[in-house]
Amino acid sequence: MNGHILLRHRDIPNLDRLEVYRQHGGFEAFRKAVTSLQPAEVIQIVKDSGLRGRGGAGFPTGLKWSFCPNTIWPHYVVANADESEPGTFKDREIMENNPFQFLEGLMIAAFAIQANAAYIYLRGEYWHIGKLLDQKIAELEDAGLLGEGIFGTNYSLRLYTHMGAGAYICGEETALLESLEGKLGQPRLRPPFPAVAGLYARPTVINNVETLANVPPIIQNGAAWYRDFGTDKSPGVKVFSLSGHVNRPGNYELPLGTTFRELIFNHGGGIPGGRRIKAIMSAGASSSLIAADEQVLDTPMDYESLVGLGASLGSASVIVLDETVNMAWLAQKTTHFFKHESCGKCTPCREGTYWMTHILDRIVEGKAAEADVELLQAVAGQMQGKCLCALGEFSILPVLSSIQKFRSDYLQKVAAPSLEVES
Amino acid sequence: MNALRAQYPEEVERILAKYPPERKRSAVMPLLHLAQRAEGYIRAQDLRDIAEICEISITDVASIVGFYTLYYDRPLGRYHIQVCTDLPCALRGAEDFLRQLSEKLGIGVGETTPDGLFHLEEVKCIGACHRAPVFQVQGDGEIVFHENQTVETALAVIDALREHARAAKGEEA
Amino acid sequence: MTKLVTLTIDDQQVTVPAGTLVVDAAKQIGNDIPVFCYHPKMEPVGMCRMCLVEIGRPMVDRGTGEVLLDENGKPRIQFGPKLETACTTPVSEGMVVRTQTKVVEDARREVLEFILTSHPLDCPICDKGGECPLQNLTIRFGPGQSRFLYDDKIHLAKHVPLGELVYLDRERCIQCSRCVRFQDVIADDPVIGFYNRGRRLEIVTYSEPGFDSIFSGNTTDICPVGALTTADFRFGARPWELKASASICQHCPVGCNLTLNTRREARAGGNPVIKRIMPRQNEQVNEIWICDKGRFAYHYTESSQRLTNPLVRKGDGFEEITWEGAFMLAAEKIRASSKLLTLAGGRLSNEDLFNLRELTLAHNGQTVLYSDMAGGDLTASYGLAPGSNFGSMGGETAILVVASDLHEEAPLWWLRIKAAAQRGARLIVLNPRSTRLDKFARHTLRYAYGEEIQALAAFLPGAQIPESYRVAVQDLQSAENVVVVYGSEGIGLAQSRQLAGTAAAVVSAHGRVGEINNGLLAVWQRANDQGAWDAGFRPLEDLPAALRSAEVALIAAADPAGDDPLLAQALDEAGFVIVQELFMTETARRADLVLPVQAFTEREGTLTSGERRVQRYYPALPPRPQTRPDFAVAAGIGKALGLDIEGRAASLVFSRLAKTLPAYFGLSYTQLAEVTRQYPIIGRSDLYYGGTAYDNHQGLGMQLPLIPAAQPAAAAGTAQRMTITAGEGEILLVPVTRLYDRGTTVLTSTLLHQRLAGKTIRLNPQTAAAFGLNAGEVARLSGANWRAEVHVEVDEELPLGVGLLARSTGIPLTALTAVRLDRLTVASGD
Repeated sequence: MNGHILLRHRDIPNLDRLEVYRQHGGFEAFRKAVTSLQPAEVIQIVKDSGLRGRGGAGFPTGLKWSFCPNTIWPHYVVANADESEPGTFKDREIMENNPFQFLEGLMIAAFAIQANAAYIYLRGEYWHIGKLLDQKIAELEDAGLLGEGIFGTNYSLRLYTHMGAGAYICGEETALLESLEGKLGQPRLRPPFPAVAGLYARPTVINNVETLANVPPIIQNGAAWYRDFGTDKSPGVKVFSLSGHVNRPGNYELPLGTTFRELIFNHGGGIPGGRRIKAIMSAGASSSLIAADEQVLDTPMDYESLVGLGASLGSASVIVLDETVNMAWLAQKTTHFFKHESCGKCTPCREGTYWMTHILDRIVEGKAAEADVELLQAVAGQMQGKCLCALGEFSILPVLSSIQKFRSDYLQKVAAPSLEVES
Repeated sequence: MNALRAQYPEEVERILAKYPPERKRSAVMPLLHLAQRAEGYIRAQDLRDIAEICEISITDVASIVGFYTLYYDRPLGRYHIQVCTDLPCALRGAEDFLRQLSEKLGIGVGETTPDGLFHLEEVKCIGACHRAPVFQVQGDGEIVFHENQTVETALAVIDALREHARAAKGEEA
Repeated sequence: MTKLVTLTIDDQQVTVPAGTLVVDAAKQIGNDIPVFCYHPKMEPVGMCRMCLVEIGRPMVDRGTGEVLLDENGKPRIQFGPKLETACTTPVSEGMVVRTQTKVVEDARREVLEFILTSHPLDCPICDKGGECPLQNLTIRFGPGQSRFLYDDKIHLAKHVPLGELVYLDRERCIQCSRCVRFQDVIADDPVIGFYNRGRRLEIVTYSEPGFDSIFSGNTTDICPVGALTTADFRFGARPWELKASASICQHCPVGCNLTLNTRREARAGGNPVIKRIMPRQNEQVNEIWICDKGRFAYHYTESSQRLTNPLVRKGDGFEEITWEGAFMLAAEKIRASSKLLTLAGGRLSNEDLFNLRELTLAHNGQTVLYSDMAGGDLTASYGLAPGSNFGSMGGETAILVVASDLHEEAPLWWLRIKAAAQRGARLIVLNPRSTRLDKFARHTLRYAYGEEIQALAAFLPGAQIPESYRVAVQDLQSAENVVVVYGSEGIGLAQSRQLAGTAAAVVSAHGRVGEINNGLLAVWQRANDQGAWDAGFRPLEDLPAALRSAEVALIAAADPAGDDPLLAQALDEAGFVIVQELFMTETARRADLVLPVQAFTEREGTLTSGERRVQRYYPALPPRPQTRPDFAVAAGIGKALGLDIEGRAASLVFSRLAKTLPAYFGLSYTQLAEVTRQYPIIGRSDLYYGGTAYDNHQGLGMQLPLIPAAQPAAAAGTAQRMTITAGEGEILLVPVTRLYDRGTTVLTSTLLHQRLAGKTIRLNPQTAAAFGLNAGEVARLSGANWRAEVHVEVDEELPLGVGLLARSTGIPLTALTAVRLDRLTVASGD
């Protein structure tokens, strides 16, 4: 691949400066959309490109945009910049270093659904990015790229940042909307879907930061150009956040369909200390564990192939686990995370994550019996399919997959439970 | 009189301008961030002020404080040292880092240094997994990341903050 | 006509309107899908996951849109991979629901096991035990044993007073959010909320005072566990020990349907005592809600201060007399007099009022209603037509509310008119100051106190319309239905007469009088003022003069002497004074003969609500010895006079009434006890749980037909403009009605004391400043024949130049009055 599409700042210095970004074709796609395309045409190009949501769910982006009914106004676009999945730090790099490409994508999305206001919901921890984006938005307003009568048309648009305050659940799009409306970040029932009744019950498109960063080059270069990257069903490029036991953790922009082996060993420099890779989580903490064997390493990372491994691509947050990791410990770690982040709205997630942490704590501390492993499996099993949103459903994936694939790790922990009764 | 509005008239207007006039409730989170700037936590008066500005009940404002972890309902220390020990960070030694930092600071996790400056916290993923060990400092209305840390670099950061606090106090006096 | 949808639930077909939720469709065929968070009065939230069921839908050919059929020609049904929540899923044509399969039973057991991990299982000491859905569902579906280790339980505070009326047990709460949603959505008092998240979610309140809502008690009814309990009932009794008696609330003209729960207790000599008051479903009156006054202000009935024997004056005091002696004495005095005046209060039942009327008219006496409001004759002719129901009003109906703070005066009307406005009803609020209804009004119009009639007259055909009223007037004129609600804020009797006349004229000009959801509604000050009007009782503008000249004054359920020194004086000058009372009131103290009567809890009777619905209440307690119901007292006196007045039973009195009073023709107790099926089905004791509000088995009451008016409704015509102006050092005092007043029927309930209206004048801060007053200070009011010290409260929302004073606080104020206001530095302590 000649240079980056999303992480272009790695090729072009100072791309976060407006004049530099514009020198390299910045906002030409937005100009093209606003001045020479109909909103429906913009949507069609994005549909044709095969771009799918990069936040985790992988829903076709153009299709999502096309759902907004033209009978209810105003429309809103919300950029989901609440990047909070453990192991995910891609949106952050894009916003920090290539902010205008993201903002341009957001602006094109807004034009496509004829929204006059768009919000960027940032996780509170990205405080510095919030300040940076506020500054970039002010520059765009000064440059006449935002505001009234953009490019001499009658289209007007304003962008606003909105800082979260520490809640993973707000990455779930309906919880995000609740939070943006000033309420507890608890997921809504669906239907209605946000495309029909989203922010303030108005038609709303919610897209991940990376998804939006894909949009300007697609509009500029066309759908066919984009389809040259990736696979048939998973076209395009993806930023893979690589973390855990690798020599060179970081973000890697690669075509969809790149193998684990290439990411972990070619780009990530392999496992430290020459240790063996034991397992992979492909979608951050919300993943089933993939036991890493040679065949797995050669699996292409795209939406479909990972389903074949009983996992999912999610946000492509690849956490590498070497042979030193006990998977009961891992499950304890992720379960504590989900317990901490459970919003409490639905019973199975609220109670189940709490219960599981207690069982796992005892297992990891060597204070449990084998029956507790069965119980853990049962508790996770009875959460399955009953939760209100994906958080609860995902929380059991590391638990169930670790018991299923690495049962010996558990047995090792429960082999010699202490029989002393603590007074 | 609305003390928050009196203290930050422009900021309050700027925040309200982001949302449709009939959707003032949306401003509750940014206003809480603003209110927390002064003392590092949300005071009872802040709840009342924000309720009045957003035209919602005080209980509704308090609920937001309770739900989101970056808001504090009591003074815990001027700077919150928030160390991530989530899975990817833990794989890169974050748990050891936190333990050592805690020993060096002489306070346990969840405790505050005797000078009231630093509150040590263990937090979930902050989006810096590739640069662990990592912590963020929440205080003075800012959140600042410190990445690729060792205990030594972390202590240097903390010393610098302590120095800053001392200097600021000197100026006040 | 709503589209109907047919679906199959456990092999049984059911046809329901489109949009019905699966859980409600199942309920209609007797299938109780278990719920915790779902409540049929609120939008579903799908939180507790207790109602998971299998749902299948006909498979459709994507190309043709046609339903795919199987080899038998039946639609092929596709079931989803997951169970679905019956409470959030609307029915659809051909849907197949399975609620009894193993996977569903497993899910119920599993969800219950989850809920029980955080529940203390302290049923033996829990007030909800016996009527607790968690307990009932656990017995029916739950795991017999928990796999959760007891050590992992979180222990939380168990006695958290959210306010002085409602307590929270944090351990028992299952985070269903019913209470939070009720307060937010139905009561518009979002004063309780969740704090924290996940397993640490807990209910909190930050209002001052805590849980500041006049509807707070309802949350204890809909709480599906014992997390919320009332201060009144907690640890008071077990639900299964309680007997239920139907009743009607006596506090305001709404007429909420109640159930009185009683239990025999040793402290009452083995007699039953009231343990709690609960709402009883009447979808046309109070639905399943009541206000906190109705729930908690009943303790006066059990007061030890109640009168227990007939008393006759002896010198400065009283001595006991037999009933026979009392009747003979009363009869003797009446027979000897040529001027009998009967003064009745609006808390009397129709039967009481009818007998008093019979007695009085037989001796050419005068039947006087103790009230500052007029227009009961107009509401009889222009009132809400039978079949009218706030619950069915929407965009086609204009509701105009004038001179009333409904939230304080008739809470359930406020709640239901608010809901109607949220459904689209064109609510117009006409009041000199802001009230809790403004928020829901399409049009909020202001006038100056004293100018209510001119303000309302703008809605009359051909009137001069002030510019600020124009849109509202158009909105009312173009509505299909018109309801006008008038109250008595700042108004005395003379003004009330004109206001009622103007209101009736507006209704008859624009509304379709006699048609459903049209008519005139008075926010009476007492529960049965309408019944009193119907029985021929009328308020008098110069009541002091009438009392003074009365040779015999028969006073029932009214305390004029306690309310106004001028009336006390007049009473002292009256001839023989007979008082029928519960308590030794100031009026009773001045009487020659005091006759102890029974409280509403001890007898039966009927009340006619402001909507002119006649409703029955039933005895819950045995009467106190030596007390009699008011109707029997009147009958006793009548008998002694040789009159044929029925006094044996309320039902028999009612039969006579129904032959005499035109609006009541043909009515009977049997009719009033009729019940039809009500929606939503609230399912008090089953697994589909609407709360502890009682089902109604004792009668929905009957709405009275309109009586043709003698003359067409006439506006006040050349209404004299109120010319009251405040002179130097004077303030215009405005009488307003407060929910928690200081009447004898409220004062005894100590639970409510913190919220009672005080001797307080409320002023705009600018007005206060003009008098040199600050909030919290004490001031003196000097009326024509009275003086009073009042605390000063300021409120920026109030108009300038007026001071608001609650009725019933012992200051004689019946109309807008100019009164001298002076600053006092130190309270004199009187």
